[in-house]
Amino acid sequence: MAGRAEFSLQGRQAFYFALLLAPPLLWLGIVYLGSLLTLLLQSFYAIDEFTARIVPEFTLATYRQLLTQPAHIDIIVRTLLMATAVTLAAAVIAFPVALYMARYAGPRTKALFYVGVMLPMWTSYLVKVYAWRLILAKQGIASWGFEHLGLMGALDQALAVPIVGGPSLASSYIGMFVVFVYMWLPFMILPLAAALERVPASLLQASADLGARPGQTFRNVVLPLALPGLAAGSIFTFSLTLGDYIIPSVVGAPGYFIGMMVYQQQGTAGNLPLAAAFSVVPIVLIGLYLMLARRLGAFDAL
Amino acid sequence: MTPAIELCATRRAFGSVVALDSVSLTIAPGEFFALLGPSGSGKTTCLRLIAGFDQPDSGTILLDGEDVTNTPPFARNVNTVFQDYALFPHMTVAENVAYGLRVRGVAAVERAQQAAAMLDLVRLGEFGARRPHQLSGGQRQRVALARALINRPQVLLLDEPLGALDLKLREEMQAELKGLQQRLGITFVFVTHDQGEALSMADRIAVFSQGRIEQLDTPRQLYNRPQTVFVASFVGSANVVGREAARLLTGHDRAFAIRPELIDLLAAGEPAADGQVECAGEIVDVLYHGASSRLRVQVDERTTLAVARSEAAGGGVQGLTTGARVRLAWRPDHAVPLQD
Repeated sequence: MAGRAEFSLQGRQAFYFALLLAPPLLWLGIVYLGSLLTLLLQSFYAIDEFTARIVPEFTLATYRQLLTQPAHIDIIVRTLLMATAVTLAAAVIAFPVALYMARYAGPRTKALFYVGVMLPMWTSYLVKVYAWRLILAKQGIASWGFEHLGLMGALDQALAVPIVGGPSLASSYIGMFVVFVYMWLPFMILPLAAALERVPASLLQASADLGARPGQTFRNVVLPLALPGLAAGSIFTFSLTLGDYIIPSVVGAPGYFIGMMVYQQQGTAGNLPLAAAFSVVPIVLIGLYLMLARRLGAFDAL
Repeated sequence: MTPAIELCATRRAFGSVVALDSVSLTIAPGEFFALLGPSGSGKTTCLRLIAGFDQPDSGTILLDGEDVTNTPPFARNVNTVFQDYALFPHMTVAENVAYGLRVRGVAAVERAQQAAAMLDLVRLGEFGARRPHQLSGGQRQRVALARALINRPQVLLLDEPLGALDLKLREEMQAELKGLQQRLGITFVFVTHDQGEALSMADRIAVFSQGRIEQLDTPRQLYNRPQTVFVASFVGSANVVGREAARLLTGHDRAFAIRPELIDLLAAGEPAADGQVECAGEIVDVLYHGASSRLRVQVDERTTLAVARSEAAGGGVQGLTTGARVRLAWRPDHAVPLQD
């Protein structure tokens, strides 16, 4: 009915309707999708090695450069592994929190939890990242805490692990991982809590009524119905990690990430085509991720 | 014979609201039992206690002689048809029906066969592959039934099972439920606020009001011999005459109920039969219902009696118009004395 009403608009009404829709459509179409398309277009250009000028001719040279240089592959794999680890950790930590918020907390506690989850998002992102560098520094609060808990040995052992370890938490991938998880956790908790809140209590009762133990109800009913929320949350944590360039440059080991590469190539290096090609990587990865999630039935309950 | 369900002095309060006030109840195996009452009367709380979704503050619940007061729902041999059906949206109809078998570890082939047989039983054989949202309300209701029955429970609980259906479908489902219950021989306990539904389906009815059972009787007894003012006014459409008015009409200081069809309308000058209670009043309105007509007669300031007249028996209402004075009479034994 609503659809028909829209199409049967006539004359003056249609004019006003168009007028009303024009700004958002222009915004979405030109400013947003348009610039994205320009970016994609850039990635099919290449830079002239001698003049350092962009040659506006269609070529796959930039992509060849992106996918054949081992250093570039390293960057992509490193970023992908970090994004995957962060997403998994965020999901594991967020699920119990979201479940408690949605199903068990009273109205007061629930409000408190929502504020608690969102409050960190109201603070400056840079301040938080730099604060974390201090927390994780060699003489920082984290190592002080480990020392006083008598866990210094464990920390040293963790930092001694090749690749992910390092001289201190602040200069290791472990530290970077911790900061990433902290930063994106709210983006996982909120959609998950929303999805869990939409599950009617009667479904859980029906499951128990039919003989399912709590664990079976969780596996067969709660988890599948929370999957859309989990998918939404993981798209946030996954894509935010794939694109971020501040956390890897402030905390952690010196290895490059995709975001840093984009920043460097379009800034100091002036290689806009390569920067564009690099920024296509997260788009492709997320596209693949969505296809996978869909195939696994993450959106069946929608 | 061990009762299928026994509630002994069960009480459940939510804060200061007493939902169920020391209710005792015995339901026999194979019985079709109705918990009838207005919303907030405690009937749904009672059902939830039997299902195990809630625990009583005091009192015990026995299923087939076994104390299950603190047994979780998954360990009770009782299944429920929920008011909103509570079908799992992410499963097909067949998967929904087979769920009870799946969580009990029945092999996939076996449970698919049983689910198909159950769906045939509720005449939804071809719908196994659909999702619940692709079905109509009546079909979902039958899926919920099949899903609850596949575990072969001793007791099937139904929470307002027909509440969400339209009138025609509701009547069909009433007959279907009754037939199903007789074929399977399972104890059915259903909650309803619709007295017509309770009267037409149940073997016995417990009428709930304010957390207590007002009366527990067969439908016939409940309709013909209500014991309290509440039951008389909630079940059927009796005239309930309060204590004050009763004193004026009959001289007795006791409230009573009388069915509209049991009140005679006297012709002018016609004497009342021996021993009949007689009174006079003014017609407030006349409503023609086809097979019968119904008029309301104001007999004193606060009391209006409904009188039903069968058109077939020649007792039409021609000539009876609003404002006319008439005389009414009834046999004293037709007036059912009530407790306040």
